[in-house]
Amino acid sequence: MAGKTLYDKLWDDHLVKQREDGSALIYIDRQLLHEVTSPQAFEGLRLANRKPWRIDANLATPDHNVPTTDRAKGIEGIVDPVSRIQVETLGKNCDEFGILEFKIMDKRQGIVHVIGPEQGATLPGMTIVCGDSHTSTHGAFGCLAHGIGTSEVEHVLATQCLVQQKMKNMLVKVDGKLGKGVTAKDVVLAIIGKIGTAGGTGHAIEFGGEVLQNMSMEGRMTVCNMAIEAGARVGMVAVDGTTIDYVKGRPFSPTGENWDAAVKYWRTLHSDLDAVFDKVVELDGSEIKPQVSWGTSPEMVADVTGNVPDPAKEEDPIKREGIERALKYMGLQANQAITDIKLDRVFIGSCTNSRIEDLREAAVVVKGRKVADSLKQAMVVPGSGLVKAQAEEEGLDRIFLEAGLEWRDPGCSMCLAMNADKLGQGEHCASTSNRNFEGRQGFGGRTHLVSPAMAAAAAIAGHFVDVRELLN
Amino acid sequence: MRAFTQHQGLVAPMDRSNVDTDMIIPKQFLKSIKRTGFGPNLFDELRYLDEGKPDQDSSQRPLNPDFVLNQPRYKGASVLLARSNFGCGSSREHAPWALDDYGFRVIIAPSFADIFYNNCFKNGLLPIVLEEKVVDKLFDEAEVLEGYQLTVDLEAKTVITPSGESFSFDVDDFRRHCLLNGLDDIGVTLEDAELIKSYEDQRRKTAPWLFGASQ
Repeated sequence: MAGKTLYDKLWDDHLVKQREDGSALIYIDRQLLHEVTSPQAFEGLRLANRKPWRIDANLATPDHNVPTTDRAKGIEGIVDPVSRIQVETLGKNCDEFGILEFKIMDKRQGIVHVIGPEQGATLPGMTIVCGDSHTSTHGAFGCLAHGIGTSEVEHVLATQCLVQQKMKNMLVKVDGKLGKGVTAKDVVLAIIGKIGTAGGTGHAIEFGGEVLQNMSMEGRMTVCNMAIEAGARVGMVAVDGTTIDYVKGRPFSPTGENWDAAVKYWRTLHSDLDAVFDKVVELDGSEIKPQVSWGTSPEMVADVTGNVPDPAKEEDPIKREGIERALKYMGLQANQAITDIKLDRVFIGSCTNSRIEDLREAAVVVKGRKVADSLKQAMVVPGSGLVKAQAEEEGLDRIFLEAGLEWRDPGCSMCLAMNADKLGQGEHCASTSNRNFEGRQGFGGRTHLVSPAMAAAAAIAGHFVDVRELLN
Repeated sequence: MRAFTQHQGLVAPMDRSNVDTDMIIPKQFLKSIKRTGFGPNLFDELRYLDEGKPDQDSSQRPLNPDFVLNQPRYKGASVLLARSNFGCGSSREHAPWALDDYGFRVIIAPSFADIFYNNCFKNGLLPIVLEEKVVDKLFDEAEVLEGYQLTVDLEAKTVITPSGESFSFDVDDFRRHCLLNGLDDIGVTLEDAELIKSYEDQRRKTAPWLFGASQ
């Protein structure tokens, strides 16, 4: 019998019941909650007169609607009354059901996918869900983690289980060594560019190979975060020393005997050598260049040294039409050099790229330089209050402020523009977020997905530049 | 949940692949704490020429005449014919809520994004995967024949065209069972409460660090 993949192991360890019809009940170790996708779930519990199954499995924080300025005012600082009600509702629900919430004034507040790992609330081997598709982030710890809808949030609250069908196994292997200035974000954008936004549909992706083995936890989180942009609900990386070192000593992490027992188990969380994957994709890391998305889907990416594609050269009529539509929306010309794309705003933040390492990466590039006068705005939004404090301790805030970038308070911010941070119509933004969909960052806004280093370089130049030139 | 057995309805063809959930329902409408009322903002940025805002009377807004749902012949459509990877992106269940609130009961496409596909079943909405060439054929027919309707039978797992042509589709048994009977799947899961408890007791012993660790 063939060995097991990491996904197989996590699945088997959480299987409560295999039903005859092919569906299965899977036990959920951790649910993360935020204000946007939970109110209807709590309301559902109340209407059915149900209670949460296991309160201590849940952790909540407001992130999507919170302002990134004026936070001393707390909830009163949320100008939009509809946003404010949503944040207040999360607070009321958590208080009513006794769920731990890092509220808006708590220094531990932040983006759910940043605070889980930061607190050790994300531990290897867990099943983790959240009403947010970027829950795949936590797979970086050898977790089975995925986004769910609000009905499922309610289901997990009420039963601590999810009804699932087992997915297929996919391995994305990136070997070789990354060049200077090439980051985890470039790796995942290159992967999505290669396999497409539906390339991982129906699959749990394990990211492996030399590049992933050498990557920090922050980098692995960036890669797993965007598994959903390749169509896969689940992205994972095997547990190794890097994982265990990261987890050690965090508030929710085990200690003493429990730590030893946990580490012993965590060490088994990798695919067996003879495991069989349904699909394998290989990339050579040494060939990956800094990436820039030019279109309205995360698969529409190019090397920074490349050009916007020419739809006339695309043979598939549906794809050709997609390219034409994207170029029209983005206001770009076929064959235009990527470095000729001028920018209006720069956004460094989001659950993809707002951790300390991302901020360090951007700070190195802007240090001693100035943001281009042509930009309307360049902002840095740390992923949590603790990331913010750490960055300030390291003096990164000074570097950003001296270069002319804004230093904000933590939240999802301009990644999806549910708060006040948004693009104006027709504006181009170099963004370290995860989605370049039409209107995502604001009505008529034009998003270009890049790494923190590339966003920082673009902030200095006012247009895209190859960050490798600035690092020399 | 509303049960789904059979449905016959007018077809609206949306000829665009990779329709994401941001497009189905833009973020400014996710601030609602209700499950209903999203219909007027379904496909907001494609459907209207101005920028949509929450709590606004959408009946007074300028419509985009080129958008399929604004064409009089598709008024009252309840079957959405779509292209591949429909519903990609965010996990927001507001997307199926908006489709449902607008009046759609069935979505037919060559492929769907996983989370969206799953969310539909929780809301009495049936996503049907048909082969690309079959979907192409349905697009051709729906665009040519005004008033084109399809009949969907979940019991028999078939889609039937006005000319009587029948296409079968796959749907997993559990989801089909829940949808046919309008079952609340939390209730179904809680029938196994004892099993969940015994799993949990076992796990408490083998992985005690996962319990009660909050600080």
